Order: sequence, then C-alpha cells, then structure tokens
Amino acid sequence: MATELTRGFYGAYGGRYVPETLVPALDELERGWSEIKDDPGFRLELARLQAAYVGRPTPLYRAERLDEEKRVYLKREDLCHTGAHKINNAVGQALVARRLGKERIVAETGAGQHGVAAATVCARFGLECVVYMGAEDMQRQRPNVERMHLLGAEVRPVEFGTKTLKEATSEAIRDWITNVETTHYMIGSCVGPHPYPELVRDLQSVIGREAREQIIAAESRLPDAVVACVGGGSNAIGLFAGFLDDADVRLVGVEAAGAASLGTGRAGVLHGARSSLLADEDGQIADAHSISAGLDYPGVGPEHAFLRDEGRAEYPAATDEEALAAFHLLAEREGIIPALEPAHALARALDLDAEVILVGLSGRGDKDLATVLSR
Amino acid sequence: MKKLSVYLMAGPDTPELAEAAVAGGADLLEIGFPFSDPLADGPVIRLAGERALAQGMRTKECLRCLADTRRRVDVPLIPMTYASILEAYGYERFQEDAAQAGATSLIVADLPIEAAPDVKRVQLVAPTTPAERVRLAGERTDGWLYLVSLTGTTGARAEVSAQLAGLVDRARAATELPLLAGFGISTPEHAAEAASLADGIVVGSRAVEVAYENGAEALQEYVASLRAALDVAEHAVA
Repeated sequence: MATELTRGFYGAYGGRYVPETLVPALDELERGWSEIKDDPGFRLELARLQAAYVGRPTPLYRAERLDEEKRVYLKREDLCHTGAHKINNAVGQALVARRLGKERIVAETGAGQHGVAAATVCARFGLECVVYMGAEDMQRQRPNVERMHLLGAEVRPVEFGTKTLKEATSEAIRDWITNVETTHYMIGSCVGPHPYPELVRDLQSVIGREAREQIIAAESRLPDAVVACVGGGSNAIGLFAGFLDDADVRLVGVEAAGAASLGTGRAGVLHGARSSLLADEDGQIADAHSISAGLDYPGVGPEHAFLRDEGRAEYPAATDEEALAAFHLLAEREGIIPALEPAHALARALDLDAEVILVGLSGRGDKDLATVLSR
Repeated sequence: MKKLSVYLMAGPDTPELAEAAVAGGADLLEIGFPFSDPLADGPVIRLAGERALAQGMRTKECLRCLADTRRRVDVPLIPMTYASILEAYGYERFQEDAAQAGATSLIVADLPIEAAPDVKRVQLVAPTTPAERVRLAGERTDGWLYLVSLTGTTGARAEVSAQLAGLVDRARAATELPLLAGFGISTPEHAAEAASLADGIVVGSRAVEVAYENGAEALQEYVASLRAALDVAEHAVA
C-alpha cells in the first residue's frame, strides 16, 4: 500500500489524478522510460542529437554590461535549435515515443515554443503531430503558429474557457484519452501525472549539469544564486537539478505576478497531478494573467511545490512591467532579445543581493516582438 | 432487470429533472458536481458544467441540490465529480456531507483505482484496463462497476463501442457485481445493444442535452424510450 501511495509523489504533491483509461498508458510510459533512460544506446543517440541537432552544450555568457557590479551569467538556452529549452524535452520524448511504437504525437502549447519543438522533432522522426493551442495564444504568438504549420504539424485552436494554455492542455489530454493506443502525449513541462514531471525533469536536467560545470570553469566556484522563470517550471527544474545538492546555492524561481501558483496558490488537482494552483476555495481553477503566454498557467510542476515547502527554493514574482523593463535592458545592454518568460527571471535576478548569479535564459524573444511593440 | 442510470448536472432544475427521469424509468441517478477542468468529459457535459458554475453551483450549493433531489426521489443518488472538488472540501468531510444529503455512493472521474483508498466509490474501468486492474477495481468498488465502454471522453457516438464486449468479459471474470456501461451510449438502440452485454447502462451527455434544450417532460420521454429498449432486451435474453 505504501508504494501505491508514494510512487510518483514529491512529498504531498504529484501522483496520478487521471481517468482510468490513461493509467495503463502511464504505466507503459513509466516502464519504457525506466528501461531506456540508462540504456547506453539511448544515451548515445540522445547525446548525438543534443550536440548536432539541438546545439548543445549551450554557452554560459557573462552579461557584463547588464550589471557591472554583480557577476551575472546567462545560460543561453535561447541559442538552442528552435529558440528555447523546450527542444531538450521534445527530442528525448520523441525517442521514447519511438521506443513505445507510437506514431502520433499530441502536444499542448502556450507561447508556442513547446509546440514548435514538438513539431520540429516530429518532422525529424517522421511522426504525425497535433498541437492544441488556445485561440488567444494563437493570436499573440502568430509566428510560432506559422512555424508549426511549416513543419507539418496540425495546430488545433481551443476556443473555449480561457483560450490559453490551461484549456489547450485539457484538450491535448482529452485527445490522448481518445487515441491512447496510437498516440504519445508529449507534455511540454514538468507537470501532469506521474511519470511526466520526472521524465521532463530528467530530460531538462542537461541544462543544470552543463551550467554547473561551466560556472565552475568560469568562476572556480559555485554561484550564490540560480534564477529561472517558472510557468509549469521545466527550465527551472532542469537548471535547479544541477544545484539541488549544493545547499549554499540559493534557488530562485520567478513566477509571473498574475500567475503565481506557488506564491499565492493553494493545494489542488489539475491536469493529472496534485500541486500548488491558482484555485478558489471550492477547488475550481482560476484564470492566470500574464503578458507572457508561457507563464500564463494556473498550475506548476509538483516538484516545485515540494521544493517550496521544504524551503529549498524560493518563488518570488515579477510583474508584466518589470519583465518588460528587463526585456528592453537586456536587448539594449547586451544585444540579446530574450523571451518575455526569462525576462521575469532577469528582473528578479538584478535585485538579488548576491555576487555571482546564474540566470536561465530559457528562450529568445522573436515571438514576443508584436506583444512588446504594442505596449 | 437491466439497470438504467441517468446523469444530470447539478443545477436549480435538477430536483424536477430527477423526478422526471425516475418517472421515465431511471433506476439510479448520477448528479454532476461541476469542475472547471473536466478531463473525462466531452463538449456537452463540459458546457453543462460551465453553465452550472456560472449559476453558482459550487460544492455547498451542489450538496443542497442533492438534498433537495433526495426529497423528491427514492432511487440511489450518486454525486459524480473530480478530485479537485474533494481536495478543496476535504475527502472525509465530502463523504460525510454527501451521505448526509442523501448520496448513496460517489464517482470521481480522475481518481484511479489505487488513489484515495479510503474514499468508497464506484470504480471505473476502461477498455485499456488490464485484467489485474479490473480485479482490483471489482474488489474496491461500491455496489457496481462502471464500464467506460470506449477510449475517449463522455459524449454521444454513432455506435456502441466494439471495445465493450471484451471489457464485459474481463469484468465478468473479475467480479460478480453488476456492470453498467457508459460513455457513448445515447439511443434506445445503443441501450439495447449495450445491455445485451452488460447489466445496465449509463446515459449522460444526451440526457443533459435533452433536459437543457427541452425540459423535464422531454427528459421523461427520452428516459422512457431507453427503459422500453432495456425491457425488450431483457425479455430477448430471457
């Protein structure tokens, strides 16, 4: 009984809260992942794809003009193929899907970065790809919709509810329930039912492993703080993974002020897992609001909720305005246009009282130009 | 006799609709407690849930609706909802207050068999559920087993799922409890076909739609048409 209850839990968070139809598929995925994750053939294939296709290792760049006093380093996931860290997870999951014999992929997307990554790897591996995207997000992230089309994916607009990532995720899961025997659900963040939070963390932890080596090479020491933005939390968990055992390194996850599932949320169940959510006292999920489509989500990965409760990581928020200011600052001082998501991390990093700071620059900002220029 | 379960979304009209469904021949009623993000539901019940929430059908109001319905009908009443609602209300408190309001059992669409073992409820099994899990569901279920007849969400389909027969076989081997088939069953023809395999049926989306569009009288007629089809199927088997 104990194993039944604790499997897939991070403290009180995580688990599997899904319709029965999906449980055998989650068991299959869990088995498949545990079989291949340490398999030398799989590791080699993944490493080759990371190097030659994704463009890893990504550089660690010291942003000297961004802050002349502190030593601020940017982990340049924006230089990954497709322009964000999402590809790390998508490549790995494509290999898993192939191993499980699934030829159809469904995915959800908010900002469109995960949708583009999913469409990209599906093109690369010859898999059918259906991406669910909120109609409002399709408006504000038009270039990514076009990209997905070019890559051969079908983008299905979700026209109800908030018309954003929350509903897109629900629809992707409903599609998976319907087509579970032929389809792999390529979830884009460290959310969802077990084993997804663990699977996505494992695939994103390459960010933290590289960053730890790189900062030690540059500074001969560990950073004082590691800062990343948190929507669902996949780039943050991947970066944090490299430093979790370094007790003196502060881990700082930055949420959007209008989508602070960790900062202002309560325990609840959404999209297959128990986590900290924006929900009312009856358990009805509330709307999130952020200028950044990728952070506009009322839930968060269960491991983050656990790290918060344990006191291992802290989760402050940044407002739309603060993110925009950091966006402009990085562009003007460093010649790097960040996505609005990591601009939230930059905003908080700059006012941290710390000497050496590592910031996850999870994606590039081309997709956000229309949003920023319209402000 | 083949069992007929009818799903209604909790709302101001539910007691009246429940009475009509029972007059039409429903043997048990499932009362939907709406949730903002119902993963197991197709568009009809999702929309009904949105309307119910817009009418203020939060947990306490749903419990009041349940109690009001209890006063009008004497068939088993089963709240059907999602884990988030119980999580917020408290699992134990929910069970107590629902029983107090007249609930006979409970269905939670996103609590798999092994989750929350202390919450006595009707378990669901699906075409993807292997024999071993069907057996576990049979052991843990409360009174009857809910067969999800297809891989998919709730909602009317053109035909009864070809996956139902195999699921019935696995469930028969696992339990002697009654088996009720739901998901995708909406017409008298479906009812008869599904009931030739299982011990009864659940209708949800179509009942919700008829009730919403045409009211209690139409619901009673619709349920009666299902009842008649089930009774014919019963005699055909006998």
